[in-house]
Amino acid sequence: MSDPMGFLLWVKGPAFNFALAVFALGMLARLVEIFILGRKTNYAEAKGGEWGPGFKTMLTRTVADPGTFARAPFNVVVGWIWHIGFITALLLFIPHIELFRGVLGIAWPGLPNPVVDAVTAITILALVATLVHRTQHPVKKHISTPEDYLVWTVTFLPVLTGYLAYHRLVNPYPLILGLHILSVNLFLVVFPFTKLTHVFTAFIARWYNGAIFGRKGVQS
Amino acid sequence: MAARKTLGESLREHGVSRRGFLKFCAATASMMALPPSMGPVIAAALEKARRPSVIWLSFQECTGCTESLTRSHSPTVEDLIFDVISLDYHHTLQAAAGHQAEAAREQAMKDNHGEYLLIVDGSLPGPNSNPGFSTIAGISNYAMLQEAVAGAKAVVAVGTCSAFGGLPAAAPNPTGAVSVMDIVKDKPVINVPGCPPVPMVITGVLAQYLVFGKLPDLDEYHRPLAFFGQSIHDRCYRRPFYDKGLFAESFDDEGARKGWCLYRLGCKGPSTYNACATMRWNSGTSWPVESGHPCLGCSEPKFWDAGGFYEPLSAPLGTPGNTLLAAGAAGVVIGGVAATLAKHRAATAVAERQPVTVEELEQKL
Amino acid sequence: MSELSLERGLNALRAEIDAPVAAFFSSCVHCGLCATACPFCTETGDPKYTPILKLEPLRLVWESEFTLWGRIKSSLGLTRKVDDKMLEEWEELLYDSCSMCGRCSVVCPVGNDLQYMIRKTREGMVASGHAPAGLIEASARSIRTGSPMGLQWKTLAVQIKHVQGSTGIEVPVDKAGVDYLVLLSSMEVINFPEYLEAITKIFDHAGVTWTLSTDCFEATNAGIQIGSKDIAAELVERVVSAAVKLKVKNVISPECGHAYTAIRWEGPNLIGRSYPFRVFHIIEVLDELRASGRLQTEGKENDRLSMHDPCNLARKSGCIQQQRNLMDLVASDFVDLKEHGVYQWCCGAGGGVSSNERAEPLKLAAFKRKKAQIEEVQPERMVTMCATCRTQLEEGLEAFNMDIPVVGLTEMIADHLVDKGPAKG
Repeated sequence: MSDPMGFLLWVKGPAFNFALAVFALGMLARLVEIFILGRKTNYAEAKGGEWGPGFKTMLTRTVADPGTFARAPFNVVVGWIWHIGFITALLLFIPHIELFRGVLGIAWPGLPNPVVDAVTAITILALVATLVHRTQHPVKKHISTPEDYLVWTVTFLPVLTGYLAYHRLVNPYPLILGLHILSVNLFLVVFPFTKLTHVFTAFIARWYNGAIFGRKGVQS
Repeated sequence: MAARKTLGESLREHGVSRRGFLKFCAATASMMALPPSMGPVIAAALEKARRPSVIWLSFQECTGCTESLTRSHSPTVEDLIFDVISLDYHHTLQAAAGHQAEAAREQAMKDNHGEYLLIVDGSLPGPNSNPGFSTIAGISNYAMLQEAVAGAKAVVAVGTCSAFGGLPAAAPNPTGAVSVMDIVKDKPVINVPGCPPVPMVITGVLAQYLVFGKLPDLDEYHRPLAFFGQSIHDRCYRRPFYDKGLFAESFDDEGARKGWCLYRLGCKGPSTYNACATMRWNSGTSWPVESGHPCLGCSEPKFWDAGGFYEPLSAPLGTPGNTLLAAGAAGVVIGGVAATLAKHRAATAVAERQPVTVEELEQKL
Repeated sequence: MSELSLERGLNALRAEIDAPVAAFFSSCVHCGLCATACPFCTETGDPKYTPILKLEPLRLVWESEFTLWGRIKSSLGLTRKVDDKMLEEWEELLYDSCSMCGRCSVVCPVGNDLQYMIRKTREGMVASGHAPAGLIEASARSIRTGSPMGLQWKTLAVQIKHVQGSTGIEVPVDKAGVDYLVLLSSMEVINFPEYLEAITKIFDHAGVTWTLSTDCFEATNAGIQIGSKDIAAELVERVVSAAVKLKVKNVISPECGHAYTAIRWEGPNLIGRSYPFRVFHIIEVLDELRASGRLQTEGKENDRLSMHDPCNLARKSGCIQQQRNLMDLVASDFVDLKEHGVYQWCCGAGGGVSSNERAEPLKLAAFKRKKAQIEEVQPERMVTMCATCRTQLEEGLEAFNMDIPVVGLTEMIADHLVDKGPAKG
């Protein structure tokens, strides 16, 4: 793995497999750790259902209420932009779809490369903006931990290296492609042990939130 | 040796016109990214060049590289380059056999010590593997290479096997095959990989050596930058389809018929550095991608182990789906055990929780 | 003699951790939006009051004891240990600067119900001896006298006499088998005696059978506010046994926010069984009477009115439309505050903040959010349906020299009842 092609094959092969194993093992352990704790029986007479409001909150909490939007437009807008950009680049770039086909055996239609390219460029800018915001905004600055900056880094690197690889800005190509995949491996390894778990658990959290409020007759 | 003809004399003997020769020189200049004005300079230099002695060693190989050079099409200037070098040993091409052949090799090495070019095709069993895997006249490839390298001016490794180990070195590499540059550390090594290499790249490298008397600029894999400086992808005429996101998804779909990008069919063009896209094959007739087949990446190290030929470049190696399932299952078990223990602790906490009384609270006032 | 200790506090926190808590802490991305939802943050501008940070003690216990990864981390000494010093520091964050209004819970983009966790974390604070003095005193008075303010039945009896005198209607006491057992809050009895008179008139008007209980008239629950399920359960048991003794079908929680949360939502879980009766907030009962045509009103208030939704009633119990239906009945110029209902802003006094004298400056600071909301729509009077909110609004508006009276919705309804004439007499 001392040469670019050997490096690429290493990150694509054993390293990717290792990262995937850590990711799957860690994440499932985390999820099981949540679910097994369970909830106590609730004896209070319900005013509304849990399942419906729970599922509804899983979706509706994606959009900020108007007041929050007005008070924190940067958080909301930039957060939206980079999340959508990240997910678009991850799921709708053709080479990535081929990766999913290789891992999961399923594929779906992708977007033209120039679209993904533009989205990626915007995502990079938005991610940089979130970092600046985190270091400048009094609340975010105060509540940020080293983990927040670590997670920002491992999220940013795949996007940046992916952009560099697509535009072939680093030579030779196997080197930058390898660095891109390495950064993804890093992302996967870090994933289960940091707030990145929110990718999955936020939907569980939202369900519980919707269910707790829903039981009291409130759509949260 | 003493009676060597110049290339010019030899060409005229073979009935190659001056015009045809100049065309070759212009093409060579353009391949090497030299200005067109260098064409005549190359022609003049080649005209006067003396036939250098060349020793060609074939180890663990399929003779495809030799075939590519000599049999791919009717005689051309590229072929004639071989007529004008003094190919003193090539056990496939030479008439002599057995002891005679080996004697010719030893003679050439002796007569041109320190001057001859050594061309190698095929990989060889490394110093730590059984030398019996490949021998010539009872001499192991390793010993023969060491002996021949000692008096060589430079070594040209022709084909991916000699440049990177190629097929013989593919996993599980039963013969312990290694490349020439794995062995040769004290002489210049020029790699001309490809399975086989583009014929004109070989002759181009030789022409450059003859013209400028020096070895070409190389990339980190010892490949001449003039031919391996750009990727197939960057020079591919189908590149606009990649940029637009238009891909063939099977070999006979609409996209394939329209000549769209072959990335999804496994094209390794983005990571492969070679001159196919510009120089093409069979006298410029076509090249794999133009014929509708993805690039295999044959001029790259480990190309046999770099995933299936029809797996896209971005597809993972190995069986990640199984990894995912196995690790996920392990995660469920580990998480389950950990969570059950945690839940047990929570239950204990509930059981051991002492009710708070207002008297206790008031102690804190 | 037993004593509260750090270990008891940690154990109480362990006992509170469940799947939602684990899902919530796993999901926080430190986006800081909860700070924009919290009046204690927006009005002080101090980032230390960011809601998610208030939960740090519970989060640390969860991480280091309920996750495998956290156990590894803490065994390597990478996790802060929860100790008395930390809890002492957090006392202000968990009590003084949080009214458990739950606004952060409906704003959090990953869906964390922070209020749910604040309630749980207070259990640990109580058991470790880190609760504010004001709440300890209120809890002690509640357990000993039945009222957080030390109010006794004899005071209420005097008031009943007054009401009977001024209305000519009997206030039923300890009547078994009636439809409703009515609970009161001490603050109402002391500050807003008009409430008892109002329901007396309304129930008489609508023909509702009801009663007060001499065993238990207090609806409020200091145990919920301080965060002690033991104290809260004991107070709930008193309500339940009074209701069971009188064999009522329903119990009415008064114009008080947390009392409703305590009896309606937490009560059955505190005592570990379902009730043999149902629980309603007075506003729910009134709206039900309205819907069934049993409330006949006449005339309307003509001044510009706006309304403050109590957090516990609106956001935390889904009672949002009912009070607006009732307003429409009696108000001609009603204007809602811009953010109301689920997204209403807390007055700043709930969750025990008003019983915690030390929190007085923060309580007033948080009120500035409400004040700004009121200034936006410029009403002539404010209407609400929670004695704590009402007191806070009155005090806050006065502190800022705003001449806007605050009235209770039940009284306003009572004022517009169609007079049934002397026939009933």
